[in-house]
Amino acid sequence: MEKFGYAQSPKFDTYASRLMPREEYFTMGHRSCQGCGEALAVRWVTKAIGEDAIIAHATGCMEIVSSGLPQTAWMHPWIHVAFENTAAVASGVESGLKILERKGKLSGPRPKVVAMGGDGGTSDIGLQALSGAMERGHDFTYVCWDNEAYMNTGIQRSSSTPFGAMTTTSPPGKQSFGQSTWKKDMVAIAVAHGIPYVATASPSYVFDLYFKIRKAIETPGPAYVHVLSVCPTGWRSPTDLSVRLGRLAAETAVFPLYEVVNGEYHLTMQPHKIRPIRDYLKPQGRFRHLRDPEIDYIQMRVIERYRELLAKCGLPEPEFPFLPEEEAPVEEGA
Amino acid sequence: MSAKPAKAKRVGMEVSIAVSHAVQLARAEAIAAYPITPQTHIVEHLSSLVANGELEAEFVNVESEHSAISTCIGMSAAGARTYTATSSQGLALMHEILYITSAMRFPIVMTVANRALSGPLSIWNDHSDIMGARDIGWIQIFVENGQEAFDHSVMAFKIAENAKVLLPTIINLDGFILSHVVEALEMVDQATVDKFLPAYVPRHNLDPKHPVTMGAFAMPEIYTEVKMNHQVTLTQSYDHILKVWNEWGKLTGRQYQPVERYQTKDAKILLLTMGCLSEVAEIAVEEMRDQGLPVGLLKLRLWRPFPFQDLREAVKGAELLIVCDRALSLGGPGGPVLSEVRSALYPMAERPATVGYIIGLGGRDVNPSAFKDIVNKAQAEVSEGLKEEFHLYGVRG
Amino acid sequence: MTTPGTALRKPLDQTTWQEIELGGVLREPGSAREYRVGDWRSQHPVWTKSRCIRCGVCWTVCPEPAIIEEPGGYFDMDPYYCKGCGTCARECVTGCITMVPEEE
Repeated sequence: MEKFGYAQSPKFDTYASRLMPREEYFTMGHRSCQGCGEALAVRWVTKAIGEDAIIAHATGCMEIVSSGLPQTAWMHPWIHVAFENTAAVASGVESGLKILERKGKLSGPRPKVVAMGGDGGTSDIGLQALSGAMERGHDFTYVCWDNEAYMNTGIQRSSSTPFGAMTTTSPPGKQSFGQSTWKKDMVAIAVAHGIPYVATASPSYVFDLYFKIRKAIETPGPAYVHVLSVCPTGWRSPTDLSVRLGRLAAETAVFPLYEVVNGEYHLTMQPHKIRPIRDYLKPQGRFRHLRDPEIDYIQMRVIERYRELLAKCGLPEPEFPFLPEEEAPVEEGA
Repeated sequence: MSAKPAKAKRVGMEVSIAVSHAVQLARAEAIAAYPITPQTHIVEHLSSLVANGELEAEFVNVESEHSAISTCIGMSAAGARTYTATSSQGLALMHEILYITSAMRFPIVMTVANRALSGPLSIWNDHSDIMGARDIGWIQIFVENGQEAFDHSVMAFKIAENAKVLLPTIINLDGFILSHVVEALEMVDQATVDKFLPAYVPRHNLDPKHPVTMGAFAMPEIYTEVKMNHQVTLTQSYDHILKVWNEWGKLTGRQYQPVERYQTKDAKILLLTMGCLSEVAEIAVEEMRDQGLPVGLLKLRLWRPFPFQDLREAVKGAELLIVCDRALSLGGPGGPVLSEVRSALYPMAERPATVGYIIGLGGRDVNPSAFKDIVNKAQAEVSEGLKEEFHLYGVRG
Repeated sequence: MTTPGTALRKPLDQTTWQEIELGGVLREPGSAREYRVGDWRSQHPVWTKSRCIRCGVCWTVCPEPAIIEEPGGYFDMDPYYCKGCGTCARECVTGCITMVPEEE
């Protein structure tokens, strides 16, 4: 593990912004919204993957804001083909590089291959290609930018949209409280493919994200990193709260930060006290319409899933100072 | 025919296997394929060649045809010589990516073992699959026998990878009727192919030492210009295609043309076919000539870029041109080939009358007597006046 | 102040089809730097230097990034790129950044 970003001594590790690499691989001038959490994530992931890497990117917010002819915000060799085939394109780049290496046509070591896609392009339309790439064991890393909807096309729901969220295709109304199904567990799907490294990460925890990406890149074989990308435009939150919301997501156990190394679960951010879900939901306009039964249900499910995760990590429970007294009557899929 | 070089070796071989050997001789480096009848023997044999170390390549078994062409794009973008094969539904599934492949100028070679498109499901031969892909911006060539399948599969790489072309290329061969039959053909040896086809030098690839961005989006101000660039490149690839064919002609004695003629001297009536139907039509033409009928055959080999000049030259002097399609454009003004041929001939001051017949859909057998029947019917129609836009030959009911 | 890319190429609506690069490939990485996204903002950050501890958190959390380090280790916004989101002000450890509305 490189020594930049943190300094190691026998007594403790030092994490400091000033020790992080300064060179920008996702340059300013990209057309993302003000306060875009996803752009922040891309900025740090592209620093973490290093210079010797090739990126295959799906259609989506980050592709559109960064690659309008004739300008590009990418410093890496970068290819965009379509929406649902990023993992397949990355498989091709990886295989192409492999044969070129075997035939002695590469002038240096084989560059790393990184595939990037949004939640729509990963868990919905891109799931087949991702599954195929993971099953075939290609040596690549897949990074999912999860802003929890099809944001680039105008905030339509995806299978990553959280329960109860308002999107333009899951709007609340007289007969609906918004998204009626729970968020698809992409990490579990990745783990089920038996790949050596899977992780969740967030740009609100920059060092955690940075080192997880480095681990993913250095792990031979497929690696999958799921990055929470706060979207103020789609989540209806203030533009300056993106980093804070990412932190709240981890502190309320909505988006715990963990990694699965060869099937073994490790929690990388362990809050001692879990904050109530309302702390996370309140700043987001997309949850404004939720009433107590829905919120209590979400709270219960979040705790339930967090307890399952803790069991997999072999960790004791933290404090839940606010546990509801009885289960909410709202059923999923109603 | 000019003298053939001594290195040629004549063998009896299933055409699919011959195509795999052509790909092997061309030293394809990266193959991503998904199995679909009747392309399967091609990819099966290629995969066995790779497994035995007889072809040094990465063979990726993808999980769908959409991923097959996408993976091929990645392979070509990395800088490898790339190949794939498909048919029918597979080609249809690749559809959106096919346009992107040619727009991004990746010189991928693809064999399409032509098979009918579903609705209803049919694994048998017709041209509906490739006719649904006319606008994808690839170079498209038809072959009619095993020798041509072998020859054109090798040449396709040279055509596609030409620095002034850099366009993906499809070689169409009829599924089952050609892919699964054993034919006699002459292979060319590795040394000859190596001399004919040097190693692939990519003009644009993904390399951290020279980073580029591929696949940027285009605003309305620039989209038309990008398309014009592609159109001109595809149209001008004609010259490079002919150069490659001429070179192969000198090498092997087998010279190919965009529109080939069979017994067209003094022909007043011309049949036009593509693919294996051409060989059946040749027999019919011979028999009709024996009976004194001035019939000839045009075999359309180069489909994209469309050979306007060659076609207009070839029909000069004919009074009747009968276009035989092996695909039906539902609700349209005729079979795809009929529509395009009519449109190509329209500006001519003097041109033959055109009549369209659609035959052999879904693998229905076509024998020489069908062509004779078609010629009679077409002649009658011209004298009595056109009654229908086109005809579905042999339909019962 | 960051100097954007100096290569001033033709405006898009004057580019001819012959000038299109092979496959629409863009050969200048980072050319997005030429685009002045700073025009979008309606507020901008102002640092109170006396309370700044030069930790670099503001630089870390800027999504553009539009924060540049001055000699001496203090930070300031890059007016060419700052979109005025306010994340730096919100995340500042000592609270020394204030968001100030753009003048009319």
